[in-house]
Order: sequence, then structure tokens, then C-alpha cells
Amino acid sequence: MKFVKYLILIAFAGLLIYGSLDLPDRGDPDAWLHQQESITGTEVAGNYFIRQAYIDANTPNMVTVVLGDYRSVDTLGEQVVVFAAGLICLLILRRYREI
Amino acid sequence: MLWEVELILFLFLILLAVLALEANDLLVAVVILTIFSFTIALLFTAMGGIDVGFTEAVIGAGVTGIFFIIALFKTSIRTKD
Amino acid sequence: MRARFESPIVLLGSRLLSPYIMLFGIYVIFHGHYSPGGGFQGGALLAASIILIRLSGGRIISRLQVQEFFTTPLAAIGVIVFFGTGIVAMLFGSYFMDYHALPFPGEMTPAELRYYGILVIEIGIGIAVMAILVMIYDHMVRGEDYA
Repeated sequence: MKFVKYLILIAFAGLLIYGSLDLPDRGDPDAWLHQQESITGTEVAGNYFIRQAYIDANTPNMVTVVLGDYRSVDTLGEQVVVFAAGLICLLILRRYREI
Repeated sequence: MLWEVELILFLFLILLAVLALEANDLLVAVVILTIFSFTIALLFTAMGGIDVGFTEAVIGAGVTGIFFIIALFKTSIRTKD
Repeated sequence: MRARFESPIVLLGSRLLSPYIMLFGIYVIFHGHYSPGGGFQGGALLAASIILIRLSGGRIISRLQVQEFFTTPLAAIGVIVFFGTGIVAMLFGSYFMDYHALPFPGEMTPAELRYYGILVIEIGIGIAVMAILVMIYDHMVRGEDYA
């Protein structure tokens, strides 16, 4: 059983390493991830965030503006997920009768 | 300089993952998993994602360890595998 | 838990350490506009300080700090603060979660209104995350006479 476990681990590590070979280098300025225009020729939305974050919200930290203003519905969904997790813990672990 | 730091952290990460898999005492596994979380937070910080590293350090190394330990004390602490 | 023991050294260390963690959590929430951090991280730090007192002090001492029945309404209040900010911004003639129409007093530009809107929702996130983590801890150890 241990042999199968290590076989699965090594196979999965090899699969991940094979998948990561085609990724661009981190911080590579020539990668498609960091271009000003995407493959289809339209402007990437990140340009607008970098240019306008301080002007729109008067906040130096760009991450806070993206999380709190531009993508705030995303943060609301995350909050509802955390709240639902707490409610599920309350419903499962609650004891109706104290013995 | 940063390249060597990341390599050392990455090798330490793999070593900690194998140790956490191989531990017979589950409390030891939880402690090693906490160190794993803190190492991955350091790795995120070295990569430049300070917000992600901060969240990982607070959640993974602070609160999750406590929850795992409570769950262990409510069940059994030894593993058969 | 099972082996009950009381250690005054652990209790003293936790009581010494807990207010500083709480202060750092509040700093992380309110300084999130200028430095890394925000509502989620600050709320988790606040929850860590409260759980530290609960873990070392036991039920009787932790009852003095935050009551057990108090966490579930606090979690709902946090989510309602977040959601209500969006709804209020929509009622005053803007889109949902677009804060430049919030009715803050005083003459402010839309950028400053967005600044304070982000601050309000960060406080809501912090309250909700703190209350939810403490609530999960309370329900996990309920019934056990933890040390």
C-alpha cells in the first residue's frame, strides 16, 4: 500500500512539473500575461486599474481598491461563503439537548 | 540573492510535506502542517505577493492549527496508516 | 479537553500577549488603505487574540471578554454592514457597490467618498470574520470542560 502511495505521489509531481514547463518565467516582460493588449487586440483591464486606482478612490494601496471597489461583488460573495461555513458549523455541531 | 532563498524554502517545503505525510502521531502532523503554512507564507512574500502571504500566515499558521488540534482531541490522536 | 490542568504561566503570557495582537488587528483593518492588509487579515488577527484567551483561560474567564451567545448576531451584523453599504449606495442613485453616492456628511469629492466607503466595508468584513471564527471555535468545544 505504501508503494502505491509513493507511486501516485511521484506520478502527480511529474505531471505538475511537466505542466509547469510551458509557463512563462515569473516577471517576464515579454509574456502574454504582461502585455498591454491581449491576443484579440483589446486593452487588458489591469491597465485601467493600475492607471486609475489612485485617482478613483484616493487610496495608495491598489489591492485594497481592487478588492473593495472594482471587484466588491466578488468580496461580497467570499463573505457570504465564509458566513455560510460558520452557519453550517453551527448547525452540525449544535447540541439540541444537553445530556 | 533572492533566488537561493526561494530554492531553500522550496526544498524545505517538500521535506515538510513528506514529513507530515509520514508522521504516526497526528499532533506532530498538525504542527508540521503549521510550519508548512508559515514556510509557504514566506515563499509568497519572497515572490512579492505580500497580501497573500499575510493571509496565509494569519489563517494557515494561526487559526487552522487550533481548529485541527480541537478536532484531534475530539477524535483519536493515533493513526493506523 | 480530556486532561484538565491549569497553568498560571500560560494564562499570564496569553493575557500579556492578547491585547497587542488585538491592537495590531485593528491597525491592520484601519491602515489597509496604505499598507498590506485589510478586513480579512485584521479580522483573523482579532479572532486569534480572542481564541488565545479562550484556549488558555477556560470558559469562566473567557465569559468576561466576549460572551458565547454574542458571536452569531455579530457575524450577521458584519455581513449586513457590507451588504447595506451597497444597498444604500444603490438607493441614493448609483449602482450597487459604487460608493460615490453614499450620503456621508460634508462636501467630498467622489474619490474621497469611495475612500470612506471602502473603509466601511473593511470594518464589516473584519467584524464578520472575527465573529465567525470565534463562533466555529465555540461550537467545536461546546460541552467539553476545556482548561
